[in-house]
Amino acid sequence: MNVYLALVRRELGGAFNSLTGFVVVAVVLLLTGYSLTDIIGKLNGGADDRPVVEMFYQSAYFWLILLPVTPVITMRSFAAEKATGTYEALMTTPVGDLQVVLAKFTGALLFFLLTWLPLLAVLAVLRQVTKEPAFLEPRATFGAFLGLTLMGSLLLSMGCLASALTRSQIIAAMLSFLMGVGLWVVSLRPEAAAADGDVFGRVADHVSMMRHMGDFARGVVDSRHVVFYVSGTVLFLFLTTRVVESRKWK
Amino acid sequence: MDDVPMIEVRDLTKRYPGRTAVDGLSFSVGRGEVVGFLGPNGAGKSTTMRILASFMPATSGTARVAGFDVFHQADEVRRRIGYMPENNPIHLDMRVREFLKFRARLKGLGWRRSRERVDTVLQQCGLMDVQRRIIGQLSKGFRQRVGLADALVHEPDLIILDEPTIGLDPHQIRAVRTLIKQLGERHTVLLSTHILSEVEMTCSRVLIMNRGRILAADTPQNLERHLSLDGQVVAEIAATPAAVREAFCDVPEIERMDLSAAEGEYTRLALTSKDGQDLRVVVSELVRANGWTLRELTRSKHSLEDIFVHLTKARKEDA
Repeated sequence: MNVYLALVRRELGGAFNSLTGFVVVAVVLLLTGYSLTDIIGKLNGGADDRPVVEMFYQSAYFWLILLPVTPVITMRSFAAEKATGTYEALMTTPVGDLQVVLAKFTGALLFFLLTWLPLLAVLAVLRQVTKEPAFLEPRATFGAFLGLTLMGSLLLSMGCLASALTRSQIIAAMLSFLMGVGLWVVSLRPEAAAADGDVFGRVADHVSMMRHMGDFARGVVDSRHVVFYVSGTVLFLFLTTRVVESRKWK
Repeated sequence: MDDVPMIEVRDLTKRYPGRTAVDGLSFSVGRGEVVGFLGPNGAGKSTTMRILASFMPATSGTARVAGFDVFHQADEVRRRIGYMPENNPIHLDMRVREFLKFRARLKGLGWRRSRERVDTVLQQCGLMDVQRRIIGQLSKGFRQRVGLADALVHEPDLIILDEPTIGLDPHQIRAVRTLIKQLGERHTVLLSTHILSEVEMTCSRVLIMNRGRILAADTPQNLERHLSLDGQVVAEIAATPAAVREAFCDVPEIERMDLSAAEGEYTRLALTSKDGQDLRVVVSELVRANGWTLRELTRSKHSLEDIFVHLTKARKEDA
């Protein structure tokens, strides 16, 4: 446990010691700020009975943050260590492979959640200005952050796998971005696809991040969604562990 | 436990696709030895070390560290090894003290113990003054010391250093060597290098490696002795070459004689003996008998460098 915590701390420290970490924080801050002005514009434009969190995740900004940011966070985790050689130093200490994978994933997830904190500030500002209790409504906010955590976990575990596969950070980022965008494209039109009734449509409906986020943002925690993200994350972390172990088979 | 050798390697082989990096290697290292792995680039030194540090498995053969198998009991082995990989990879974005503490925790030291040990190794490696500096801003010599401190921090029985002095300037090399010598007093050390003077100075035993095999294993002094039997004797004598040739041509022990003009009135004479005898006495007696002046009389010793070139070249010609 001690070793695990030391590793997580190192991961977080690494994120803040690098320029990349601050660039990520800055970009998320900028895009959240833009989305705030966007939402204000919409609210001024006329009646809209959607919850604000829903307006937010349905905007392009949300995906513009989520999809590119996760690969950038995880691209360092294994690829950079392999490139600089510290991977060898790490793997010759009495630390288990699984421990390393979990620590890297936890570090990435914590950093990811940290970058989303400004969203709370956005909602708080809106609530302050409009005196409308719907903003920052506890259940919806909790749902939205739970959804973010779950989606982030899945995307970050994909990123860990991509990073473990290569020693180039660029390739790692591209690979995990592709996986994320792939999932997102399937998520785009779930209702239309499901209406067709074919197998692909139903699968698309099941894995649709849009639909999941819709439920979460309304404060509905559907166990099917939770199971989907948790099992997906476990699968990708398992694959990552196998890739890390693979040096022992070569 | 004490009678178990620190390192025991038997028939170790590592094959990469299309290439055999280590080829049936067998050797053992006793406790308290400082052993140098010497060989040209690509001889299989790093691969052997990586296997010993249980970073990757061998294709066949066994390797044991302190009696533990490096593959099946990897954690036991790793706890006992302080390994500094090639090019000394360390986290350049961390501060010296922070890094060493992090590494101490990874190696299973508790909070209090890691603090004590970090203080000790900082002192031992002369890093006290830079402990709060960022590693990336330190000179290469200091970084190397940080790498050494990292290898030492959990008090391992065995220290494996892969090219510890590569890329350093002469002063830094000297400092690192002194440090390694000190380590040899309390730990078993296995280091690799392709710098010959380094093993001559720091190691009690040398393993000369080429193409994945050990060509010779002995103390540096013994290696020199064995191979200096065909040593040459060089003399500078104040006489004409013709006179010198005449005086020496009848000596039966001489196998080969080379004459050349030296500075001033002198002639430079280089003699090779037939069966490894020391020709210096013969030379001095003949010079005295002829009443010449002798300016120089030396027996050229083979340095480790000659031995190395000799052994690795012979191997190349075999292939």
